[in-house]
Amino acid sequence: MRPAGREARGERQVGGVLFLIISLLFAAPLHAADITPHRFVTPNGLTVLVVEQHALPIVQIQALVKTGSAQDPPEKAGLANLTAGLLDEGTTTRNATQLAEQIEFVGGTLETKTTHDFTTASTRVLAKDTDLGFELLADILLHPSFPEPELQRVKTLILGEIIAQKDDPGAVAGKAFSQLVFNGHPYSWPVNGTDDTLPAISRADVQAFHAREYLPNRTILAVVGDITVEQARALADKHFGSWQKGPEPARTAASPAAIDKPVVKLIDKELTQTTLILGHVGISRANPDFYAVTVMNYILGAGGFSSRLMDSIRDKQGLAYGVMSQFEPRAASGPFLVSLQTRNATANQALTGVLKELHAMKAAPVSAKELSEAKSYLMGSFPMRFDTTHKLAEVLCQVEFYGLGLDYFAQYPSWIGKVTADDVLRVAKQYLHPDRYALVAVGKMGEAKLKQP
Amino acid sequence: MPSGLVRVLTVFTISILWPILWIGSGSPSAFALEVQEHQLANGMKVLLVESPKAPVVTVQIWYKVGSRNEVMGRAGLSHMLEHMMFKGTPKHAQGEFSRLIKKNGGNDNAFTSQDFTAYFENLAADKVELALELEADRLRGLLLDDKEFQLEREVVKEERRLRSEDDPQSYLAEALFAQAFQMHPYHWPIIGWFPDLNAMTRADLKRHYDTYYVPNNATLIVVGDIKAARLLPAIKRFFEAIPKRPLPPQHVTPEPEQKGERRIVVKRDAQLPSVMIGYRTPNYSSDDAYALTILESILSHGKTSRLYRSLVYEQKLALAVGAEYSLLQTDPDLFYCFAAVAPGQATEQVERAVYAEIQKLQQEAPSEQELQRAKNQVEAAYIFGQDSNFRQAMLMGQAETTGAGWKQVEQFVKKLRDVKADDVKRVAQKYLVEDGRTVGILIPTPPQTETTAAEAR
Repeated sequence: MRPAGREARGERQVGGVLFLIISLLFAAPLHAADITPHRFVTPNGLTVLVVEQHALPIVQIQALVKTGSAQDPPEKAGLANLTAGLLDEGTTTRNATQLAEQIEFVGGTLETKTTHDFTTASTRVLAKDTDLGFELLADILLHPSFPEPELQRVKTLILGEIIAQKDDPGAVAGKAFSQLVFNGHPYSWPVNGTDDTLPAISRADVQAFHAREYLPNRTILAVVGDITVEQARALADKHFGSWQKGPEPARTAASPAAIDKPVVKLIDKELTQTTLILGHVGISRANPDFYAVTVMNYILGAGGFSSRLMDSIRDKQGLAYGVMSQFEPRAASGPFLVSLQTRNATANQALTGVLKELHAMKAAPVSAKELSEAKSYLMGSFPMRFDTTHKLAEVLCQVEFYGLGLDYFAQYPSWIGKVTADDVLRVAKQYLHPDRYALVAVGKMGEAKLKQP
Repeated sequence: MPSGLVRVLTVFTISILWPILWIGSGSPSAFALEVQEHQLANGMKVLLVESPKAPVVTVQIWYKVGSRNEVMGRAGLSHMLEHMMFKGTPKHAQGEFSRLIKKNGGNDNAFTSQDFTAYFENLAADKVELALELEADRLRGLLLDDKEFQLEREVVKEERRLRSEDDPQSYLAEALFAQAFQMHPYHWPIIGWFPDLNAMTRADLKRHYDTYYVPNNATLIVVGDIKAARLLPAIKRFFEAIPKRPLPPQHVTPEPEQKGERRIVVKRDAQLPSVMIGYRTPNYSSDDAYALTILESILSHGKTSRLYRSLVYEQKLALAVGAEYSLLQTDPDLFYCFAAVAPGQATEQVERAVYAEIQKLQQEAPSEQELQRAKNQVEAAYIFGQDSNFRQAMLMGQAETTGAGWKQVEQFVKKLRDVKADDVKRVAQKYLVEDGRTVGILIPTPPQTETTAAEAR
């Protein structure tokens, strides 16, 4: 990548008044009301969601398996991610090279990804290659062989990547933040594991994890694009029909504990900027306050140039290129955090500014103008969240995973529409804690001289 | 691929997105775009595409001005001006542009490259006139308030720290381009150097704005659920009153032929070494550009690519590898390869392994299977790219502002299909040569691990 220059040809151009949001912007949305997924469950328990879109000869297939790094044994953190990373590195009938050759020859993609709560495997192909897409996706999910040499190779790659991440101040800060906030909870360890835990993972561990967690009755399959419901049903049956149902794996649903006073971690690195992450435990996706929190957080720091944090920290004080707040709702309560980068010398000023805005959200109701603009943005831009086949398949899987209901697409605007200024104040008071947070700073600590709370 | 590799891959393989971008339109197949071209009385070009599949629209305005139009001592001026374009006019105060778009459910932003600066709004089709009105307003009446400029200068400096100073690979890439281009403005980074950012004045911005932000230097593109015949009168109403002005002649110093390999070493705080190798190559104006595009694909696209197979999979010398070549540049640029060196491996060995792969392609043409795979990837990427109005508009804007012209895009696809295996071999021999390359090596100094300065619980 060329630092400014090169990016200018990718989607993340230099400049952009704010590059962080560009990825959200690729348009071609459909009307919210137009998304009416067809849902069925196969005899072996696989939940299938289909949306027909025939404008282009593209088919996107995404499988979501209900397992993630939260199911790692602590001493083997990284197991779920390693298992997923090995799916396309060899099956009982195809080696890694054959898998890559088959999908790449038709210009398709085959990808896997693990998060804390779930794992996805997806493929994108031209409509003429739909059968191949189903076949390869099913093959890597049902019949991975986890060859020992590939296991060792991929482990080494991930260990290298863990080292490389130390050059990314945001990644360094994020890992430290998760440790502080989720102290002891499965959300505390990195999805890709650590250099202590990865070497401890054996082929037998991976095989056992796959056998226990990868079950059709624990999997959602989203199919979007130039395919009919009948075709999707037939292909799901043909390629996933032999997948054996299994017992639901045990889940210990512990909620992360709240922090009771400020905790701070300062990480000294030779950098021109200090990266700050401040936050605490937030909400789960199932929390009924999700929509009020979404509106509140938009006004606080998720609304780009319309947010209070951006207005204060960037536009009024020139302290940072980007500053944002986010709630990341997960199956259990996920994090709430504010993040920014500012030159070392202004770290205290930025921190003071962030805390001031958090207190202000709790102290007084938002203005009618702030409320109506936040709601009109969230409602009006909603269709852009699933404006490509890829994004729609992903959203479908999550709607099913979190149990949001198939009327989600039609109802979302009204759920946002109902939020009042009182709701916003109430959830700010309930879910923002500027007096008991975790703070991580990564930068030149001698210059930042961060004041301890 | 393990998910965690994403970060490394983001840094090193931005290029993967590129063919998708520019192949994203203009196929001779059934999916060809129907572009309606108009020229306003003031010289502004208008490109309209009716795409009724969803009730949304992207509005983009592209100016032919980027870092290549800057002078030594003012690197980053175009990008700084881009930031100032959001700082208000007599009609719309600071911040109003984005606020208005957002409250109408839309998103807006802008981007600056070496060759162009572009602004966009993505929003519901029935709000298209709002975007047109705002773009017309700031094309003519920018305030350039000095107090806002002083603040925004600090924001841009933070952006530079974030993107370049504190990112070892970006830092290396800047150094490499500064070495490969000694006279041509591709020498300096789009975001500019700190001393230039500090030296910039409001007068510099005003001159740049007055010179380049004129309708006859702009292309307006609208793709989405529109009726061109109905939209054009609105476009004329908003833009046609803005008078055309003479444009300055383009005095961009051409880069002379490179005579011998150049090397640059960057020593700085980093975890792992990196290697970057850039070769001087032609742009769209040369017929060799198509074979170079296929060559890039064979070297770097996917797990079947030559560089991945050799350096990552077999020899395990690198964590990630890639190559990048883009034919839509106003002036000839670099074809470059890069590798994130794996822990414990030597940069010399990585560099040799890259040359070995290039040499194989110089000695033996790729197989028909490999060539066909590269073409199939291009074909598929072109159709996948149609998923997004934004990408289609972006492709046209890029083709238009780099001088190729949007009409050429369709030809690009055809010419890519015509590339022969021997063409790939020939361009590898012609351009990927030792005397025309610039090599950049990042050496971490000294190997540091993060230290925890303090922890309080």
